[in-house]
Amino acid sequence: MTQTGDTPKIELRGVKKRFGSKVVLDGIDLVLERGHSMVVIGGSGTGKSVMIKCVLGILKPDEGKIFVDGQEVTRLHGRAREAVLRKFGMLFQGSALFDSLLVWENVAFGLIQGRGVARRRARDIAVEKLAKVGLGSEVAMLAPSELSGGMQKRVGLARAIAADPEIIFFDEPTTGLDPIMADVINDLIVSTVKDLGVTTLSITHDMASARKISSRIAMLYKGKIIWNGPTEEIGTSGNPYVDQFIHGRAEGPIKMEVRS
Amino acid sequence: MNIFAAIGRVFLAFLAQTGRLTLFMTDSVTSILRPPIYWTLIGQQMLRIGYFSLPVVGLTAFFTGGALALQIYVGSDRFGAESFVPNIVVLGITRELGPVIAGLMVAGRVAAAIAAEIGTMRVTEQIDALTTLSTNPIKYLVVPRLVAAVVTLPLLVLVADAIGVFGGYVVSTESLGFNGAIYIKNTVDFVTHDDVASGVIKVAVFGFIIALMGCYNGFHSKGGAQGVGNATTNAVVSSSILILAANYFLTSILFSR
Repeated sequence: MTQTGDTPKIELRGVKKRFGSKVVLDGIDLVLERGHSMVVIGGSGTGKSVMIKCVLGILKPDEGKIFVDGQEVTRLHGRAREAVLRKFGMLFQGSALFDSLLVWENVAFGLIQGRGVARRRARDIAVEKLAKVGLGSEVAMLAPSELSGGMQKRVGLARAIAADPEIIFFDEPTTGLDPIMADVINDLIVSTVKDLGVTTLSITHDMASARKISSRIAMLYKGKIIWNGPTEEIGTSGNPYVDQFIHGRAEGPIKMEVRS
Repeated sequence: MNIFAAIGRVFLAFLAQTGRLTLFMTDSVTSILRPPIYWTLIGQQMLRIGYFSLPVVGLTAFFTGGALALQIYVGSDRFGAESFVPNIVVLGITRELGPVIAGLMVAGRVAAAIAAEIGTMRVTEQIDALTTLSTNPIKYLVVPRLVAAVVTLPLLVLVADAIGVFGGYVVSTESLGFNGAIYIKNTVDFVTHDDVASGVIKVAVFGFIIALMGCYNGFHSKGGAQGVGNATTNAVVSSSILILAANYFLTSILFSR
């Protein structure tokens, strides 16, 4: 599958992160090839969010290195970090729309603040991106609080793709949505990814969503990647941890830690 | 040994907190002059922090000035010095009560609002979203509030000074039998630029404290609604305490000149 001679889009080498005495990431090694859609699955509290926040530089890993397009980004900050972040779009779990701004201002935020695009031009782009996620221009003038959860997700997606990123991260894109809306969002993700030709990294514990939006799946357990392979092979991984997770069984090698 | 462990833990937590606050402050202050500067946001915050605090600060200043006049009258009447009421009212308001009352009222109103707003943005990942959209949250959220508070509080205290003196005037002329014209003449003759300036300098520092504590507590809030609630409480309590402490030290510096 690997395109020969190509540097991976994102690479994590031995990334470790702990909070106090709690080890969250215990040496993550992960390679994300250009144009791939990877989904990282794992139970709640296994460090999936922490992992992508480390890549984005929102959290600093304690050990290990992170590369984006072959460039080490682990210790970047200030301008250099902002330059790297221009390659990224991110859809947050709760959409994380700015409630003090209108919908179109949310979508255009990265264009206006991050890249200095003029407001009028940015607004046209915002309306265009909203159309891409199936929202009419009348939504543009609403406040985020006036929208339903599913519509907020769409606006979040429009914001993530507004600045034509090369990489998009999806944090639990279907959590909190009804099954039909979840599938609508999945379809949207698949079609946008195909249209834009971007590389994506998603985290989820929704297996239906994971199967639909990924070309590869990796499983995170106890701070380590315990399985990594093409999506078609997830059912026949032979890994008892993966099997337990994808079938959602309470019994198996994974013991739920009720107390964190 | 347990008691020492407990004391040590509290002490270490205090040091860590002080360190975090110092780093946050340095980061915020050095960000003020680095572009981009969000002029619109600074304007919005000046409106919210300064202008909308006018009613609260004006009302409290009025009643404080009135009460001050009554108290001074009671005290000075005992040795026949009641003609000093206007002089002491204006001194007390401009040098001490104007800035402190304005500072404390704005701390309650604004530090709480800042902490709640930024805290909610933190727990709903809006601050992380800012970062991913190549926008520095310190520059976008903290700098406008800091600048607005430091600029507008001095203006606010000038208004508070005038209203406080007016409160003293109303009480003195209406219920203490002072002649209005003489009261005003005594006030104007007595007050100096230094009196007003010392209050203005103090309140600018209070403004910095209010915005900093609001932003800091909001930024470091965690864990949903309760976390935001704690951040709000901490912002108000810590800024109030710091204002009163800073007030003492600033007064002793400004007084010694």
